[in-house]
Amino acid sequence: MTALLSGRGLTRMFDGKNGCAQIDIDLHPGEVTCIVGESGSGKTTLLNLLSLQLRPDAGSLYYRTDDGARIDLGLASEIDRRRLMRTEWGFVRQNPRDGLLRDVSAGANISERLMANGARHYGALRDTAIDWMRKVELDHGRVDDLPRDFSGGMQQRLQIARNLVTGPRLLFMDEPTAGLDVSVQARLLDLLRTLTSQLGIAILIVTHDIGVARLLAHRLLVMRRGRIIETGLTDQVLDDPQQPYTQMLVSSVLPV
Amino acid sequence: MKSPCQWNETVTLPSKNDAVFRNGDYNFAYLDEQTKRMIRRALLKAVAIPGYQVPFAAREMPLPYGWGTGGIQLTAALIGPRDVLKVIDQGADDTTNAVNIRSFFERMTDVATTTLVQEATLIQTRHRIPETPLRADQILIYQVPLPDPVSRLEPRGTERANMHAFGDYGLINVKLYEDIAQHGSVAMAFDYPVIVNGRYLASPSPIPKFDNPKLHMNPALQLFGAGRERRIYAIPPFTSVRSLDFDDHPFTIQPWDESCALCGAPDSFLEEMTVDDRGNRQHICSDSDYCAQRRATQPAHVRHQEAMP
Ligand SMILES: [Zn+2]
Repeated sequence: MTALLSGRGLTRMFDGKNGCAQIDIDLHPGEVTCIVGESGSGKTTLLNLLSLQLRPDAGSLYYRTDDGARIDLGLASEIDRRRLMRTEWGFVRQNPRDGLLRDVSAGANISERLMANGARHYGALRDTAIDWMRKVELDHGRVDDLPRDFSGGMQQRLQIARNLVTGPRLLFMDEPTAGLDVSVQARLLDLLRTLTSQLGIAILIVTHDIGVARLLAHRLLVMRRGRIIETGLTDQVLDDPQQPYTQMLVSSVLPV
Repeated sequence: MKSPCQWNETVTLPSKNDAVFRNGDYNFAYLDEQTKRMIRRALLKAVAIPGYQVPFAAREMPLPYGWGTGGIQLTAALIGPRDVLKVIDQGADDTTNAVNIRSFFERMTDVATTTLVQEATLIQTRHRIPETPLRADQILIYQVPLPDPVSRLEPRGTERANMHAFGDYGLINVKLYEDIAQHGSVAMAFDYPVIVNGRYLASPSPIPKFDNPKLHMNPALQLFGAGRERRIYAIPPFTSVRSLDFDDHPFTIQPWDESCALCGAPDSFLEEMTVDDRGNRQHICSDSDYCAQRRATQPAHVRHQEAMP
């Protein structure tokens, strides 16, 4: 299978120690990839490198466009990079506060990316927003409500809708279920699983919670001290972890 | 009556022989020549990139920010001895602000001033565009308090610079969407944001949106100066200026039910004014020159009632 996004030798260090080094990674269309690791493992740095929010000290990043061309994102113009980020990619933040516009309605939040891409019909924007609220199982009668009127779990759904509205090919998620109640987490994970199988997009999820990986990921990468120490299909890694550190991670969670 | 000179003559530097140097304490038009040159360079850049906000090193002026220091600096950098200056504030030539700025330039330049739009070569304005159509040999200089329409939505200057650099204007459209969702229509009646030359988002300054159509394809050169924010931008002559809107909620200007009580104009921007000490109110042209000229040219029998009870 041809990778959608490939990193080779990605390195970014802070103060000479924290960060990540020499990372090779491939994200495939329709596949959910989870990066698991503790805080300080370098997983967030890697996420930021892959999503173009950080420049690497070394290494390359390649993206396969719709028409099959392979572009070197390190050499792409800032205009191309930004266009990618607001059309073909999405980014769901850990804290919905950082990923939503606080002072405007759910409908405006969902419509922003469409308007940034030139949509100019209010009625059509609103219909699309309502449609996406349905898809993420939010009450579409609340399309004019402000984000703060929604619960934490619903805000996270709103953030997901806001990112998926442009039909991205790749979605980055940073600890999307952290800070939510366990039951809310479970419902959100169910929704994500449904959406990913329906939409067939590539998703990269960074999490410290191996339970999230077990439920959603096709492929698993375990990071420790800035390196990928183990990688493979999720079932393989979880059923037969090779590294002592992975064994410890796997045994520390209850079976789902 | 003085005939207006060509606008390209208005930037001619005064020579040592000109009478304008007789005010020994100050340079012609108050600013020193180096500062004027710096401002003119910024102006040239602004004209070359329509709607783009050019930073400039704004000088201290002998009046506080908020009183038109940006516009005054542009006027000072452009004005020449043969110019004829008009200064308007909210459409009127006789408000304190307009009178002060006009007399400042009279003292600092000795140029002729006028209230008649057609006589002026330079017009400095706050909050209005004259009703009388402008010509290609005229320059309209706007006083601007907040040059960036997204400054209320995005406080980070670097991010705003990125938005302009990459034409990333989703956020301002979000504001329009939200207005329609909450109020049924776009709630901005003044300072209604525009796209200049199909590219840069710009503030037209706090003119009523009624004036926005006059920005579009105007034969005059339109210059915008923000003193406190240190920005200059321009709409060159005959440039496209589109007010933001949606296909199904097109930009419209407010229609009037009334005509001007003094001149009968059915199509000018009206202000409701108290006309006597008994609190009677009438709708009167905000553009006092336009109103006066219409009254002066009307035959006596169609002349409207003066504002008397
Ligand atoms: Zn009138």
